[in-house]
Amino acid sequence: MATTSTTVPGAGPRASSRSFLSRLRDGDEIARLLTFLFAATVVLITATLVYQLWVDSVLPRHKFGWKFLVTEVWDPVFDQFGALPFIFGTVVTSAVALLIAVPLGIGAAIFLAELAPRRVSDALTFFIDLLAAVPSVIYGLLGVFILVPLMREVIQPFLRATLGFLPIFSGPGYGVSFLTAGIVLAVMVIPFIISVSREVLMSVPRDVREAALALGATRWESTWKVVVPFARPGIFGSIFLALARALGETMAVTMVIGNTPKIAASLFAPGYSIAAVIANEFTEATGDLYLQSLVELGLVLFLLTFILNGLARLLILLTERRGSGAYA
Amino acid sequence: MTARLRFRKLVSAVMLSLTGVCAFVAVSVLFFILGYLAFHGGRSLNWDFFTKLPTPVGEAGGGMANAIVGSAKLLLLASLVGVPIGFFGGIYLAEFGRRGAGFVVRYAADLLNGVPSIVIGIFAYALLVLPLKHFSTMAGAFALGVMMIPITLRSTEEFLRSVPRSLREGAMALGASKWRTIVTVIVPAAYRGILTAILLALARVAGETAPLLFTAFNNRFWSPGWRQPTASLPVMIFTYAVAPYDDWHRQAWAAGLVLLGLVLVVNIIARLVLARGISVPRA
Repeated sequence: MATTSTTVPGAGPRASSRSFLSRLRDGDEIARLLTFLFAATVVLITATLVYQLWVDSVLPRHKFGWKFLVTEVWDPVFDQFGALPFIFGTVVTSAVALLIAVPLGIGAAIFLAELAPRRVSDALTFFIDLLAAVPSVIYGLLGVFILVPLMREVIQPFLRATLGFLPIFSGPGYGVSFLTAGIVLAVMVIPFIISVSREVLMSVPRDVREAALALGATRWESTWKVVVPFARPGIFGSIFLALARALGETMAVTMVIGNTPKIAASLFAPGYSIAAVIANEFTEATGDLYLQSLVELGLVLFLLTFILNGLARLLILLTERRGSGAYA
Repeated sequence: MTARLRFRKLVSAVMLSLTGVCAFVAVSVLFFILGYLAFHGGRSLNWDFFTKLPTPVGEAGGGMANAIVGSAKLLLLASLVGVPIGFFGGIYLAEFGRRGAGFVVRYAADLLNGVPSIVIGIFAYALLVLPLKHFSTMAGAFALGVMMIPITLRSTEEFLRSVPRSLREGAMALGASKWRTIVTVIVPAAYRGILTAILLALARVAGETAPLLFTAFNNRFWSPGWRQPTASLPVMIFTYAVAPYDDWHRQAWAAGLVLLGLVLVVNIIARLVLARGISVPRA
C-alpha cells in the first residue's frame, strides 16, 4: 500500500511510476499478461484467416493467375475456372440494391434526424434496429415464397410492358433474377444506411442549421443544401458499409438469384454471385483445383469487403471529427 | 417574389413529407415480415415441430427437435469461444493496451468484423473440418464463435471506458491495486452494457446460416457428439425452403417463425430491459 503513495494526485491511473516488481506483487502485471493473451488471440485468429485464404488458393492462383478474375467459363468437369460471372453477379445485384436502398435510406434518415420529434425518432430507430437483426435466411424465405412469384407474375411483365425497350428489362422472366436478388438485398441493407446516416446527421452542429434558417432558407433547403452536404462523407461511409454487407450477403441471394453462372444484359436473367457459388458448391467440390478455386473466390470477396469497410470507417470518422471539430 | 417563396415552401413541404414516407416504408417492412411469418408460421406450427425428428423424405409430419437442440449446442459452444476472448481482450484494450499493441488488436477485430460470414465458414472448414476429415458441431460453433469475438470485444472495451473516472480513482485512492479495481469496481459498473452486447452477439449468430453450411453441415437425426455433423434451425430453413416438397415448405415457415421470434425477443429484452438508458453500439 505504501508503494502507491508515490503516485501524483490527479495524474491518473496510467501515470503510476511503480516498479515492475511491485506491480507484479499486486497482481497487476499478471492481469495485464492474462488479458493480453486473450487480446493476442484475436490478432492470431485474424492473421490465420488471411493466411489460410492465401495458402488454400495457391493452385488456381498459379494455374490461372490474374486471368482468373476475367475468365467467363466455370466448368468443373474440364477444370476450367473463371470468376467473372460471379463477380458480375455480385456487382450487379449490389448496384441494384444500392440504387433502391440509398434514396429510401437517406430519406428515412433525414426524417428521423431532422423532422421527427425525439421520442418518435427513437421509437422508429428501435424498429429499424430490429429490422437489422432479422436473420438473412428469413429474408431468403420470404424472397422465395413471396417476391419470386410476385416478380414472375406482376413486376417483370409490367416492367417489360412499360420499359421493355431497354435491354436491362427485356427477355423472359422466371422470377429468380439479378433484379430479385437486388431487391432483397436492398431491403436488407436499408437499416444500416438509416441508422448510420441518422447518427451522422445528428452529429451536425445546431448552429449550421440555425444559420441557414436565419438566412431565410426553408426547412428543406437548410436540410438538403446545408446539413446533408456537411454530413456527406459520413453518409457515403454508411453507403460503403451497406455495400460491403450486400457484397458478402450469402443466403438471401442464393435463394433468389437463380444460381446460373452466366453474364446477361437483362436484369430478368438468372445469375450467380460469389457468396452464392461458395455456399452451393463448396461441399460438392471434387478435386483440389475446384475447391481451391472456390477458396480463391472467398479471397476475392474478402479483399473487396476489406477495402470497402476501410473506406467506410474513414469517411464516418472524418464527418464525426468535423461535427465535433466545430466546437473544439 | 411571393410566388417564388410559395414555390420554395411547397418544395419544402413535399420533400419533407417524402422523407416521412421513406421512414414509414422502412419500418412497415418489419411489420410486414413479422405479420407474414406469424400468419404462415403460426398455421404450420404444432407440438410435433418441437418434439419430433424429421421424417424420411416424402413422408408428411415430423418436426425439428434435433435442429433446435443442435442450434442450442452450437450457440453454447460458440459463446465458449467468443465470450472469453472478447471479454478479456476487451479488458486489455480498455485498461492496459491503449497504444501500440492495442491498436493492432483493435484493427484486427475491426477487420474480422467486416469479413463476410461465408468466408468465416471457409476459414473454419480449413482449420477444423479438413484436418479432422469430418463435418462437426465443433467446427460450426468455432465459426459462430469467431463471429462473436469482434462484437463482444469492442463493446466490452467501450462500456469499460465509459465507467466514470471518479469510480476508478476512488478505488485506487483506497489503495486497491489496478486489477482489484477492475474486478471489484469497473467491471461490475459496466456489466449491464457488456451483457447486452453479448446477448445481441448471440442473437446475431443464432440466425447465421452461411458459415454452418460446410462446417456443422446438417443431420436428419440426433447428433451423437461434438465431432459429428448437426442440424441447426437456420440451415434447416434453407434446406426446406429450396426443396420441392409442400410439407417441407410448411415446416420451413414454422422454423422461420421460431427463429425470428427467438432473435427478436432476445433483441427486445436486451435493448429495452437490460440496456435501459445505455446506448448500445451497433454490430
